[in-house]
Amino acid sequence: MNPYIALLISFALCAIVAGIMCGASWLLGPKVENKAKSEIFETGNPPLGSIRGIRFPVKFYLTAILFVVFDIEVVFMYPWAVVFRRLGWMGLGEMAVFVAVLAVGLAYVWRVGALEWD
Amino acid sequence: MIAFYFIALLTLASALLVVLHRNPIYSALGLVNTLFLIAVSFVMLDAELIAMLQVIVYAGAIVILFLFVIMLLNVESEVRSARISKIGTAGLAFVLLFAVELAVFALVRDPSGAQELPAGFGSTELLAETLFSKGMLSFELTSLLLLVAVVGAVVMARRKVES
Amino acid sequence: MDLLISFVLALVALLILLQLTVLLLWVERKGSALIQDRVGANRANLFGGLLPFNLGIVNTLMADPLKLFHKEDVIPKDADKFLHWLAPFIAVLPLFVTFAVVPFGDVLVIGDRVINLQAANVNVGLLFVLGMVSLGVYGVVIGGWASNSRYAFLGGVRGSAQMISYEIGMGLALVAVVLTYGTLDLQQIAREQGKLMWGVIPAWGVFYQPLALVLFFIAGIAESKRPPFDLPEAESELVAGFYTEYSGSKQSMFMMSDFIEVAIVAALVTTLFFGGWQVPYLQRDGFHFPGGFFVGVPSLVVTILQVVSFLVKLFIFCWLQILVRWTYPRMRYDQLMNLGWKRLLPIGLANVVVTAVLVLALEGFTIK
Repeated sequence: MNPYIALLISFALCAIVAGIMCGASWLLGPKVENKAKSEIFETGNPPLGSIRGIRFPVKFYLTAILFVVFDIEVVFMYPWAVVFRRLGWMGLGEMAVFVAVLAVGLAYVWRVGALEWD
Repeated sequence: MIAFYFIALLTLASALLVVLHRNPIYSALGLVNTLFLIAVSFVMLDAELIAMLQVIVYAGAIVILFLFVIMLLNVESEVRSARISKIGTAGLAFVLLFAVELAVFALVRDPSGAQELPAGFGSTELLAETLFSKGMLSFELTSLLLLVAVVGAVVMARRKVES
Repeated sequence: MDLLISFVLALVALLILLQLTVLLLWVERKGSALIQDRVGANRANLFGGLLPFNLGIVNTLMADPLKLFHKEDVIPKDADKFLHWLAPFIAVLPLFVTFAVVPFGDVLVIGDRVINLQAANVNVGLLFVLGMVSLGVYGVVIGGWASNSRYAFLGGVRGSAQMISYEIGMGLALVAVVLTYGTLDLQQIAREQGKLMWGVIPAWGVFYQPLALVLFFIAGIAESKRPPFDLPEAESELVAGFYTEYSGSKQSMFMMSDFIEVAIVAALVTTLFFGGWQVPYLQRDGFHFPGGFFVGVPSLVVTILQVVSFLVKLFIFCWLQILVRWTYPRMRYDQLMNLGWKRLLPIGLANVVVTAVLVLALEGFTIK
């Protein structure tokens, strides 16, 4: 049988269980409306209001884009690793060039201090 | 066949959500859903490696980046404009053009000419062997492309910090 | 019939995971008490202590989920209601499904039917695991955003940046494992480890890839966002991080997702580095000890031994993670990022290259 049908069954089962578990409180718990309760929790102070419009450091964005680049690099390695024995030294050479170019990228990022957090 | 149409319909629906929803976060989530469903389509085409890579790279990495950008620029929900802008008209024209093109393709192409897939089609081994022999040059060029992306991102981010 | 078997296997996999999660909740409390020289959770009792006897562990196991499911589900008034619901769901769903591709035994033979003890025998199982783990990030980032609270938002952003940083280290550690075994199929990897190295030592991943094991374990703990990597939910700074504004069962889903990740990391460490369900020297027909000794074992007993072996190993690595969690203090954010980007990434790359060279240079290194 196609393993993906089994996977689909798993998916469906897990979705149902996860859905029930997420909704359990809504079904079973009490529902008491209360003005203070529906405020967000800011350690007892009056909340500062919505976060829509808040700013955060550009470093997180940089981390995300570096992640995308290196993730693609790693992703290329999986098919390579599977047929690696058949490709032999030639395959190793190809991957060595690929990794070397990206290692230059990593070295650059490191040198300019884009990996520093303070 | 029914499964294919079902998945295709769902994919289209979530793609429409991406375009039409006014809150960019919902659009990004719709995009995740679309990409995931495309991965499911890949599985149905026996391309399981591509399907998994699709999930890892697109759904798992690139849309995370989109979400970060949306939050960083803190894009508010777009304001609904009454009139259709020039870009909107152009987009609509392209959609129509594409639809006509697809229809022509569907009519012209003879499905009976489809060939039986070779054994092991879509398997990791076959794909990898092709990629690392015939696709060697493009594979190496990809690394350069990624390098440019890294350098570009760092330069842009640093300029923003300094100014 | 096939569909029924897949359904049962999927159910078994899910139940193993859920039971383990609840058990871990208890082990974590009792374990931390043991480490900190306290008594730990001992008050839970059915029917307010009216029973003449104490059910002990069972009480706590049932009390925790029951209590959480009966709490009110509070949604802050400025929150995005739909996303507030969606976040815990997407946080746990991919993690639940991950367990479907983990083999928990070799084969179960009933009559002439041979059942592969794995809910879904996917050819690219390892990549499926990585894909699902990477989808888990959405729960964190959406949960943080939907709450519309500063603490939650900061926790969400921190958490997602941390998880994506460590995914690369994790991926590189796994590439080295794939290089060793030449397949992405988890069941196949587990079977390969039944062979012997020099006729004595089981060919477990830990002997081939000790460095990858360390890298993977560190990255795995960081992915599960538990101390010493618990910055997204650091109590002293962010209250409860991305799930500050959650209560009841939705909050418990986030809490559970941490424990599920503990279980998944343990399952992967077991499968990739410690032979999965393998019992040393046990083949399908019995024990083949080095030196030619052979003890025959019936097929059903072999299967039971293998499943027990898998569960025991799984539990050992869960416990190890709990031990780490209660032993090390929290890292600073710069230390966390340094470890991910400046240590795990270069070491992982070097490990891949060295492994590749070694595999080609010494054919004896590979498993034939």
